[in-house]
Amino acid sequence: MSASDNMIPAPAVRSKPLIIRHLPYFLGAAVLVALAASMQFDGYILNILLQATTFSIAVFGLSVVLGLCGQINLAQAAFFGFGAYAVGLGTADLHLNFWLCLVGACAITLVAGAFLGMSTLRLGGHYLAMVTISFQQIVTLVMINAVGVTHGPDGVANIRRPELFQSSQSYLAFCVAMLAIVGYLVWHLPDTKLGRAMRAVRDNELAAGVNGIDVFRTKVSAFAVCAVLGGLAGGLFAGGFAYVSPDQFSFAESIQFLTMSLLGGVASPVGSVIGTGLLILIPEWLRFLKSVPGLYLAIYGLSVILIIRFMPDGIWGFVSDAFTRWRAHTKAPPVAGALHLKPATTGGDIVLEVTGLSKHFGGLKAVDGVDIAVKRGGVHALIGPNGSGKTTTLNVLSGLYKATSGKIVLDGTDITNMAPHQRTAAGLGRTFQNIRLFRSMTALENVEIGAERPGNTMIGKGDDALTERAMEALTFVGLGSRANELISSFSYGHQRLIEIARALASNPTLLLLDEPAAGLNSTEKLELHELLKRIAVQGLTILIIDHDMTLVSEAAQHITVLNFGRRIADGESMAVLRHPDVVSAYLGSE
Amino acid sequence: MDLVLQLLFTGIGIGAVYALVALGFVLIFRATNVVNFAQGEFSMVAAYLMVVCVELGLPYWLSFVIALAGMALLGVIFNLGVYYPLRHRTYLPVIIATIGASILLSNSVLAIYGPQPQVLQGWFDTPGIQLGPVYLDSQYLLIIGVTIFLVLFNFWFFEKTLLGKKLQATSQDKEMASLLGISVSTMIMITFIYSAVLGGLAGILVAPVLFVSIQMGSTIALKAFAATIIGGFGDVAGAIVGGLALGVIETFGAAYISVPYKDGFAFLVLIAFLVFRPQGIFGERVAEKA
Repeated sequence: MSASDNMIPAPAVRSKPLIIRHLPYFLGAAVLVALAASMQFDGYILNILLQATTFSIAVFGLSVVLGLCGQINLAQAAFFGFGAYAVGLGTADLHLNFWLCLVGACAITLVAGAFLGMSTLRLGGHYLAMVTISFQQIVTLVMINAVGVTHGPDGVANIRRPELFQSSQSYLAFCVAMLAIVGYLVWHLPDTKLGRAMRAVRDNELAAGVNGIDVFRTKVSAFAVCAVLGGLAGGLFAGGFAYVSPDQFSFAESIQFLTMSLLGGVASPVGSVIGTGLLILIPEWLRFLKSVPGLYLAIYGLSVILIIRFMPDGIWGFVSDAFTRWRAHTKAPPVAGALHLKPATTGGDIVLEVTGLSKHFGGLKAVDGVDIAVKRGGVHALIGPNGSGKTTTLNVLSGLYKATSGKIVLDGTDITNMAPHQRTAAGLGRTFQNIRLFRSMTALENVEIGAERPGNTMIGKGDDALTERAMEALTFVGLGSRANELISSFSYGHQRLIEIARALASNPTLLLLDEPAAGLNSTEKLELHELLKRIAVQGLTILIIDHDMTLVSEAAQHITVLNFGRRIADGESMAVLRHPDVVSAYLGSE
Repeated sequence: MDLVLQLLFTGIGIGAVYALVALGFVLIFRATNVVNFAQGEFSMVAAYLMVVCVELGLPYWLSFVIALAGMALLGVIFNLGVYYPLRHRTYLPVIIATIGASILLSNSVLAIYGPQPQVLQGWFDTPGIQLGPVYLDSQYLLIIGVTIFLVLFNFWFFEKTLLGKKLQATSQDKEMASLLGISVSTMIMITFIYSAVLGGLAGILVAPVLFVSIQMGSTIALKAFAATIIGGFGDVAGAIVGGLALGVIETFGAAYISVPYKDGFAFLVLIAFLVFRPQGIFGERVAEKA
């Protein structure tokens, strides 16, 4: 396979332009806006609709951060309040233009959301829950106590609307239009690069990282998007009701947003609208409950527990799940051409050069001064008894652990101090011993995320090229016909193949395989061996860890042996396997 | 200087309450890997139980026993109703469920008892003693005394008794523990009971100092949680040191900076810790194994 090979045009996976496919959505939205503008509502109904519309936009935010990215935000009411106060104070006290204030509301919440996210999102989810509650409390304290700025408990009155939408009816139509636009963006988000990254992070952070996704940035983005939607919604809300006060943006309101999101279905904007609509309407029907203080919120609390327990995907999740299951089996995947691997060749003869690599855990020297040189275009095996430091080495190579000392050079680039996603961008691909796929996605979507690696030269622009590349990789491992099935419907061995396909789709310079034969039966092992041959034929360099000596001795030309964290042998396969130190390490010595 | 000593005493007293609730947090977290956001409501409910019993004319000690027994029962119900059905799910649904439970508990009490804060008498008739320049409030002395006792008890219980060792084994490796014949669900049940009683104890002790109100639970819980992060998440000693530190910081902040923002200091300290030393005072961050 020479570098001058061009991509062979594969049977096309062409789709109609988005705008045409989504035309029905826009037509429906236009009808709704027209209805909102023309139907005569009385004041009470109008207020309910206005509330439902603006709240839905805030709940969209939760569907992004919680549903799509799996991060929690218990301060959405605070962001909502930021937006409301920005528009309220801006138009009422400072007499600024409404539009300017609305943009300001978005900008302020963007900054606040990004800052809050950056301070916490490197840590686990418990911290985020805690910090967002804290933030919520501080915001409420400031709203009530900073009387000079916020008017304290009295709230802000006389908030103005834009000239264009002075009547409540026209303002409602405007809000419905905003709902439709934001809803479209949120609905479309999962199929964009950022959206796929968010889902990958939600499903498996480690795997997302080694597939080239900047986990931290993705989480911060999701959090910031959520905050901005809260701010936008709050701004619209303030304009609609002309009066805001701190109690509208308390922790209880954050919980209400969360409940709306969970009830409707956290994964989709449709669910957000359903949940919001229900939780605004039901209390109106059950107004008598409000006569007993606390009863109403107690029921909220109980419903949160019950929803989580019995309907984890919410109302819409329940409906759409059934639909997806039905569609997955009916929609045949597109036919794909052959997979081409074209590993980058910027460095010299050695693709991976590891020198003096050490990883110490406290006093334990798991890897101690190991040198490995992987030649271009070959299969190199790293073997050793249990506990010899093989997997630790691999984890240090892919950036999951930070090296204590030593240097790692990949194809001429020093990657020693890079984050996992940067190493992937530099050309590293890997699979895991204990399979790490994105379990809520289809096989195709998993592989698409691999194909999307920054710096992948083998895909063209656009979603079609991405799908095409992913299909080629899946077909290459023999699973093309099942591309649209969810991961859970694949056997263990097939899941392993999907992981390999995911790595191959990214066209890595070096492929790290972490015990690919573990847990496979003998037929599957043979297939794996064939697959490795077909990969090697295309010139891709492989570094493999495995216990299966038959596989290793047949596939690898070069072997490095570790024991107790140190390299005890290195060289051509057959010679290394006969090396007395290696034999004694495996079989013990007298 | 006198004021400083006085504030230090008060700060440690209130910090001891945070430490007790934080201890309950940490124990549940270690056993189940779940942060229980309803931990503070245990304190609130216990304080209300105490108020109810005292108003019924029961002796103080009997009210105390009944309130703690009630907390043990609440621990059982909480485990069975909130944690147990979700034990195989990821942390996110469980967190959300405990938040739901927190809302449910506090607002049920609100619906039953109304929004008026209640007053609970202290344990002693003597309000306190003057020791040099510092006035030692008897209730604060009691809180500090009980906390010291419980810390020692906790150490003895987990390090020296078989049940404590079983609990430790469960929190470290559930599968292995069950293979060794330890009933994991019983151990978790015990943890919830113990933790609810600890939280309840904190609530009863602090009730005469604060008012007994619906909000006391969430306020205490948030600060106790902040204390666990400041001390080092999941660390028992860290929870206690963090709780004491937070109580002191907050008392000084209220005295020297601002009273209305008293409740905000804990969160500012928390965010500062998260940014600059997320592993806390004692903690060590552990990466997930691939």
